[in-house]
This record gives sequence, C-alpha cells and structure tokens, in this order.
Amino acid sequence: MAEKSGADILVECLIDLGVEVVFGYPGGAVLPIYDALFNHPKIRHVLVRHEQGATHMAEGYARSTGKPGVVLVTSGPGATNAVTGITDALMDSIPMVVITGQVPTQLIGTDAFQEADTVGITRHCTKHNYLVKSPNKLASVIHEAFHIATTGRPGPVVIDIPKNVQIATAPYEKPETFEHASYRPQTKADPAAIASAVEMLAAARRPIFYTGGGVINSGPEASTLLREIAALTGAPVTSTLMGLGAYPASAPQWVGMLGMHGTYEANWAMNKADLIVCVGARFDDRVTGRLDAFAPNAKKIHIDIDRSSINKTVEVDLPVIADVASALTDMIALWKDRGHKAADLSEWWARIDGWRARNCLAYPDSHEEIMPQEAIAQLYKASRSAKDVIITTEVGQHQMWAAQHFGFDEPNKWLTSGGLGTMGYGFPAAIGAQVGNPDSLVVCVAGDASIQMNIQEMGTATQYRLPVKIFILNNEYMGMVRQWQELTYESRYSNSYSDSLPDFVKLAEAYGWTGIRIEGPQELEAGIRQMIDTPGPVIVDCRVAKLSNCFPMIPSGAAHTEMLLDPSQVEGIMSDEAKALV
Amino acid sequence: MHIQEEYSERHVLSLTVSNEAGILARIAGLFTARGYNIDSLTVADITPDHAISRITIVTSGPPKVIDQIIAQLDRLVPVHKVTDLTDNGPFVERELALVKVAGVGEDRIEALRLADVFRAKVVDTTIESFIFEITGTTDKIDNFVALMRQIGLVEVGRTGVVGLIRGKEPN
Ligand SMILES: Cc1ncc(C[n+]2csc(CCOP(=O)(O)OP(=O)(O)O)c2C)c(N)n1
Repeated sequence: MAEKSGADILVECLIDLGVEVVFGYPGGAVLPIYDALFNHPKIRHVLVRHEQGATHMAEGYARSTGKPGVVLVTSGPGATNAVTGITDALMDSIPMVVITGQVPTQLIGTDAFQEADTVGITRHCTKHNYLVKSPNKLASVIHEAFHIATTGRPGPVVIDIPKNVQIATAPYEKPETFEHASYRPQTKADPAAIASAVEMLAAARRPIFYTGGGVINSGPEASTLLREIAALTGAPVTSTLMGLGAYPASAPQWVGMLGMHGTYEANWAMNKADLIVCVGARFDDRVTGRLDAFAPNAKKIHIDIDRSSINKTVEVDLPVIADVASALTDMIALWKDRGHKAADLSEWWARIDGWRARNCLAYPDSHEEIMPQEAIAQLYKASRSAKDVIITTEVGQHQMWAAQHFGFDEPNKWLTSGGLGTMGYGFPAAIGAQVGNPDSLVVCVAGDASIQMNIQEMGTATQYRLPVKIFILNNEYMGMVRQWQELTYESRYSNSYSDSLPDFVKLAEAYGWTGIRIEGPQELEAGIRQMIDTPGPVIVDCRVAKLSNCFPMIPSGAAHTEMLLDPSQVEGIMSDEAKALV
Repeated sequence: MHIQEEYSERHVLSLTVSNEAGILARIAGLFTARGYNIDSLTVADITPDHAISRITIVTSGPPKVIDQIIAQLDRLVPVHKVTDLTDNGPFVERELALVKVAGVGEDRIEALRLADVFRAKVVDTTIESFIFEITGTTDKIDNFVALMRQIGLVEVGRTGVVGLIRGKEPN
C-alpha cells in the first residue's frame, strides 16, 4: 500500500470522521499539517487570533451542532494557550479534539525551542490525551480520540504529534470499528434501577425534575423524552445553568433555573420536595448551596452516565447509571407498561404557585437608566422574530441575567461557561456557533470586562464574514465581583472598576463592524432592532445601571431557603466561614 | 476560623491497567489533583505480553471519599478494573522490606532472635551489621522496624503493599 505522511494521515482521518471545520493557529511544529490543509477542498480551517479563542470556538461549534469541535495549534505557547478552553470543555463535558504540534521526538526532553510537556500539562484537564511517537499509530489514535471525546460523558481529548511524526510515512487504511480494551461507558441502565425509579416517581407527592447539561449532551431526543416524562408525571421541572433549553421555559411546568441565582420557586421546591429526580446534572455547589441543608426531605434519584458523579457531593437513594435518553426511554416505557397515571399533585402545585407569586425575578423600573434585566427582556422579545436564535454569554452578572430573563425553548441554543466560569468564553463560542449555524442569529451577551478577554477574535469574525452580534451590558464594573464585594466586604470595591474602557463603537468600526451605542431606556428597543437587522457583525455598547445586583441570590454557605430577594436584605458583611467558600 | 479534619479508614485497592506511557503519572496525578492520600503504590506488569499492569494502592479517607476514588480511577481510559480489596471479602496483602541493622554483642544476638520471631531472613551480614528480608502485612513490618530501631536500625527499604482476593476468583 502506498504510504502517506503523518500530516496526510491526520487529514485523511479527519475526513473519514466527518470533520468539516478546524479552528486553529499555525506555528513551527504544525507546519506539515498546515501544508496538508493548504487549499483543502473538504476541510475548512478557521484562523483564529489567539489559541484560547480556537478552543472556545470549538466548544461553541460543538454545543450548538452536537458534533465534536476540532482545534489545531502549535507546540509550546500554542498548546499552553489552549489549556483554559480545554479545561472549560472538561468541566462542561463538551466533545472536543485538540491536535497540538510537538517538537520532533529526538528533541523531546531537551528544552527545545517551543517545547512544552503538553501531555503532562493537559493530563488532568482532558478526558484523555496522547503523545503519538510513530505515524503507524496515528490513525488508530485519532479514531480512538474522537470515539472517547464523543461517547460516554463527552470531553476534550488532546493528541500531541511531534513534527517528525507528521513528516514520516506509514500506510493508512480507515480503521474498522473497534472495541476498546478498557473504555466502555455504560449507556444502558440496570432494569432494576429503572423499575425502582418508576415506582418512586409514581409514589411521590412532591416530585421535581432537576435537569442539567447531560440532557443536552445526550442529544435532542433526550429533551423530547424529558418533555414526555414531565407530561406523564405532571411534576415541576427545574434546570441548572447548563441545562437551560432542554425543557421549554414557556411550559407551565417550568419553574425556572435553580441554584445560587435561581428562582425562589425552584429553590423552595427543591427544599420541600419528597422526590428529586436528577437528570444529567451533578449537584454542583452552585446548585446545592449549603450541603447539610440541601433538600432535607427528598429521596433522590440520580441519572448520570458518569459513575463518579454519583454520591460525589450529595448522597442519593437511587443511582441510575446510563445515558439520559436511554434511561428516560426505559422509564417512560415501564411507566406506561405498569399503567401508572399522574398522581394528584394539586397540593404541591398550590405551594409552588405560592412561591411563584413572590415574583422573584421582578426588578425596579427606571426611566433614567436602562435596567440590565430589562435589556435582556427586550433582547428576548426582539429576537423572537428571528428564525433561530443562539445566545452565548461571558461570565458575570450579565450571564445570570441572561439565564433568568431570556426564555429558552430548545436545546443547543444556550451556550455558557458553567463549570469553569471562564470570562472570554462567550464571544469566541458565538463565532464557533455561527460557523456551525450560518443562518442563525447568534448573540453574545457580554460584560464590559469579560468581552476584553478575547476581543481580538473580532478579526476572525470579520475575515470569515460571520455576522455575530455582541451585546454588552456595560455597567463599567466587573459587576459580579463588585456585587460580592458589596455583599461581603462592606462595598470596598477593590480593583473591580473597569477603568479605561475602549470606545466600543469606534472599536467596531476599526474592525469593519457596525457599532451601536444605547444610552437610555428610550433607545433600547430601536437599538436592539437595529442590531438584529444589521446583516454583518455588530457590537452594541448598552449602557446599563451601574450598581444593579443580581437577585435572587443564595449567598455562599447559605441554604436554599436563605435566599436574598432584594437589596434590603443585604447586610454587607459575612462570617469567615462563609467568606472562605467559593 | 479553623479547618476541620475528617475521620478516615484504610483501603487497599487493586487495579489492572493498560501498560502504557504516562499511566502512573495519570494515577498518581489523580490523587494529588483531587486531594486524596496515597500511603503506598506498587506497580508491575503481569501478563506475558507486558500489556497489562497491576497497581496496588493503599489509601485512606472517609468511606465516601474511598467510593469517589474508586469511581474516579475507574473512569480513566486505560484502567480496566478497580477492586477494593478491603471491601471484597478476605484478601491477602503482603509487603517486603529490607532492614539494615548495625550492632555488636548483645544487640546482635537480640536482633537475630527478633528476626527469628518475625521470620525475617538474613540476606547480608558483616561483623557489625545485618540486612534482614521480611515479608508480611504493613503492621508486621512496622512492628519489626520499630523493634530494630531500638537495637540499631540503619535504614529500611520497603516495596509497598501488593494484594489479592482469597479463593479462586480474580480481583
Ligand atoms: C478568566 C476569569 N478571570 C476572573 C474571573 C472572576 N470573575 C467572575 S465574574 C467577573 C466580572 C465580570 O465582569 P463583566 O464581564 O463586566 O460582567 P458583569 O458581572 O459586570 O456583568 C470576574 C472578574 C472569571 N470568572 N474568569
């Protein structure tokens, strides 16, 4: 068989694996791969401006399309720049394959130019990683890497390829489907666990579904099944930040997001429930609040594909280890088989309606300033005219306001950095989402501080004519930091003021974008409309009230029932125990 | 404010893993990254083709943490199987140590007498010293070393624990 270079084998594999787009940045150690990609007819390369941008673009692409995101970077600084995005993908279970160049094998360990121990550095921020020392191994490793990244609990996989391995030759044949020797994620639940789950659900009088990003990772079918089981049981549904959209926000059984900035009704329902069915979520500390006060009266069922998520922070009564879609299919079938009917939950719903009546997401009206919540609400209203809307966010107050005030009815339309909370995620993620969904309206809801973390990617959007919109809620502060300082440190705003902000409108123009400034409530609606109607990329500098706080809020170390609903409840100081929590 | 410590128990875990580059770093790193304890770790390949290694880890932690350690290890791609020997019925655990003791006269005789009680073998001797080879549980070796310390311990080398489940079942 004719032999191919390692670089050609890599490209061949990518084609065989159905890869259409690679986000990357060249350098010495990947020049052979870049040469193999030169004017390539099948693989589109998106040239980024910083490797971190490439990783978040790959995440945005993956989250919005369900396909793995692929990144290509050079050795040393190229690889280290990618580490934040790789870690982000690990925390949020995003399928991603990162190909890094490495110095040639004979130079490894000599502190060669642009050498970094990439497999060492990324060992604990990847699902798995490889250093490939021979072109003969390349094809099987690449196919295996995609298999691992996309199955089980998805995650990032790094393949480090020394430069000489890219040039040396070996035969290439598309590998047959293989059984991995040790990696076999469990996707189908134990039938006994399904049976117990169904009986517990049928017997519950105060049940609630607590859903998470796992529902979205499981694929669109899982969201459909979630709707079905919710309808069959009549139980309320809440979700983590990562799970928004899996269950429609417009449905009557939706009680809103739970956790630190979740709704009053969702958190109280979790606290008073007699059964919590956790579907593809992981009892994160942002969700549980103080652990010993978390859902004290509830039996807990935990459906998760990753056994290590079970009993990690919260002990559960019934683990169901399976892919969400598979587990829900089995549960629905058995529920119907056994002739269960939805229990009478009217008493439970009456209590929930009582909590809902607190109207916890209400915010003060203002005629002078734009309330940030109002800006999101207006954005939501205006964007309903678009055929398909994808929202990404940066990290901070604006992220929480977007989660609270934008309604998501479909999965894969809400892209945010949950686990790692990475400022700088949102804008590149929007670019990645736009690459994967050229006809959608993609809006990055940003803060004035976060947007500056990867603002260089404006050039990428310009180059590839990607009409992404950046909607900055400009409060001239690192708002979320300022809020914590107000709550915990008697308003000593240490280094949280965004001084020397650029003129975002002029910046837009410098990159060939459209810049819009919205300065008062009366300009809000028209400004948003103009943003949506502008065909190319747009930055909106939306000047909002500077000192708004994001409520409701469960302060760190507090229980769900100790939620702060408005500024009058803020004392401005906290115990050392509470201060020590993240 | 003070930081509180939790009660912990000792467990012996036995893993089979693919014998590939970086596997030890992956496992040791998992323990440091997640703040778990390693009391000892042994590794050697156990199949004729050298494809599989057995790793025996002695760790300690609250039961909940032990459960997490097992789940986290099991999740690593090159890990085939994790068995908690401590939780899976009777098992045999052994450790080997080389113990160098110096002394003359009465001390020398006492060292030999104690070695006999512990069934330690003399593997090297000079006029003024012995090296004993001893196998047994960690406790037994700890005790032997403690006694030798009083006589004239020079240094100790220990292998760490290996273990297998009793009976015909595989780990
Ligand atoms: C990379 C990174 N560095 C620091 C933080 C800590 N942090 C969380 S929110 C925040 C402020 C964000 O400010 P801005 O983007 O203006 O958003 P706002 O909260 O004002 O809406 C900071 C610094 C982070 N999440 N990520």
